[in-house]
Amino acid sequence: MMPLARIRVFMLAITLLLFASIVPTIAQKLGPDGAPNPTASVTNERTLLKQAPRVEGRIDIPDKKAGVLIQPTGRTWEYFHEVLLHWGSAIVIVGTIVLLGLAYLIIGRIRIAAGRSGQKILRFKAFERFSHWLTAVSFVVLGLTGLNITFGKILLLPVIGPDAFSSVSEAAKYVHNFVSFSFVVGLVLITVIFFRDNLLEKVDIEWLKQGGGFIKNKHAPAGRFNLGEKLVYWFSLAGGVAVSVSGFLLMFPFFGTNIAEMQLAHVVHAVVAVLFVALILAHIYIGTLGMEGAFEAMGTGEVDLNWAKEHHDLWLAQQLAKENRQAARSATPAE
Amino acid sequence: MARMKFLCDADRCIDCNACVTACKNENEVPWGINRRRVVTINDGKPGERSVSMACMHCTDAPCAAVCPVTCIYPTEDGIVLHSKDLCIGCGYCFYACPFGAPQYPRVGNFGSRGKMDKCTYCAGGGGAEASGSAEEFEKYGSNRFGEGKLPLCAEMCSTKSLLAGDGDIIAQIYKERVLKRGYGSGAWGWMTAYREDVEV
Repeated sequence: MMPLARIRVFMLAITLLLFASIVPTIAQKLGPDGAPNPTASVTNERTLLKQAPRVEGRIDIPDKKAGVLIQPTGRTWEYFHEVLLHWGSAIVIVGTIVLLGLAYLIIGRIRIAAGRSGQKILRFKAFERFSHWLTAVSFVVLGLTGLNITFGKILLLPVIGPDAFSSVSEAAKYVHNFVSFSFVVGLVLITVIFFRDNLLEKVDIEWLKQGGGFIKNKHAPAGRFNLGEKLVYWFSLAGGVAVSVSGFLLMFPFFGTNIAEMQLAHVVHAVVAVLFVALILAHIYIGTLGMEGAFEAMGTGEVDLNWAKEHHDLWLAQQLAKENRQAARSATPAE
Repeated sequence: MARMKFLCDADRCIDCNACVTACKNENEVPWGINRRRVVTINDGKPGERSVSMACMHCTDAPCAAVCPVTCIYPTEDGIVLHSKDLCIGCGYCFYACPFGAPQYPRVGNFGSRGKMDKCTYCAGGGGAEASGSAEEFEKYGSNRFGEGKLPLCAEMCSTKSLLAGDGDIIAQIYKERVLKRGYGSGAWGWMTAYREDVEV
């Protein structure tokens, strides 16, 4: 065949193949009476929901998230928030308070074994204390305003009535959103300032083996922070990052997220926040009621020497050695 | 007691948006808020269907359950109303709603939400204002239901695809239609909203 004829045959073959490939999609599905059946290729809700968790389509208005026609997960999320979260939070938080109450009744306030020496040593500088209290106060405010969303209508609404409760809740919403910034700043400061002293060391295993200072006759050695404090630090860092990231997503809704992602952000925020509250309740207990001589570390910054010897002996030894070196240096006559 | 519902016959809906326009006009809905919308599934492909969607006024409304200030509640007729005086604009009702009905005006930077607004079944609002009063109209839109009328979106539908009224009556209408013409893609949203489907 001539080259041109060959090209023509080739083109014809391609065209026929293309037609053959699209025929199935335009083939009419016929009903039992031979007439075209319009329902045959119809989409229905059940089929669509089997293929994807939501039914989405094209929408004309600029609000693109309105293109989601049906998302049945909304009811699942409601079940999570109204049932699972309510019961879970109540059990975790009330349970923590009960356990701490038991600890106080059984173990009682851990006293300084050797009694106060009357001599003090600096444990936390002013900036360190500021960072802690910035984060701590922010956390308490965020915790209370956050818990109001979940439990307010059960605990507070019956007491003050719907109008007052709405006013309080609206204010709480804004407070929660704005105080979140100070919490993040405090969290970053704490992370950076205390990072090195919270790295895990061999002495932490020994501290654990000796009962962590809870067993009267055993001495548990520790550096500046013991394993318990280090765990609080790392869990607070992880939890803080989780609530901050999910919180910001919630605060700037649908800026790059869809409805499923917003629901997930909320679940993460709620679950982590509740566990965080439980952790901090335990932290507050041990730092105030639970142990004599502990609060002043963050309160004034100075701790009793005997307290330091009993609970952070390695740190005390390092600090005293440093003080001696400084004293020796300043005692050297100037040349 | 009549139980009010919506049913959109997706096989008749032509995406003309008359329902959207009627709702916007009748209730003086502010710019940016869309109580009713039309979504087109499989646009341009065989089996393309358009569905008009607003609040379905669900049984066991998830929005009402989740509201932290309990400002949403169902009436005797099954219509889900809410009080804008109590609403704090937290946005939870939108996460819970399977149909994306709640809308919020932008009152500030970033995601600041104002008072929630949604389809009221043209039945006014759930606040303290007198039924059919000017104050109620300003906040919630028209109260046709108080005058014994049905929502304007369904009344204005050009193809009578959007049906509103007592659930049993509109289900019956839809069933008869499907039987007569021989096809129907189902009552969209009914299983999720009312926990029952229309058997065709």
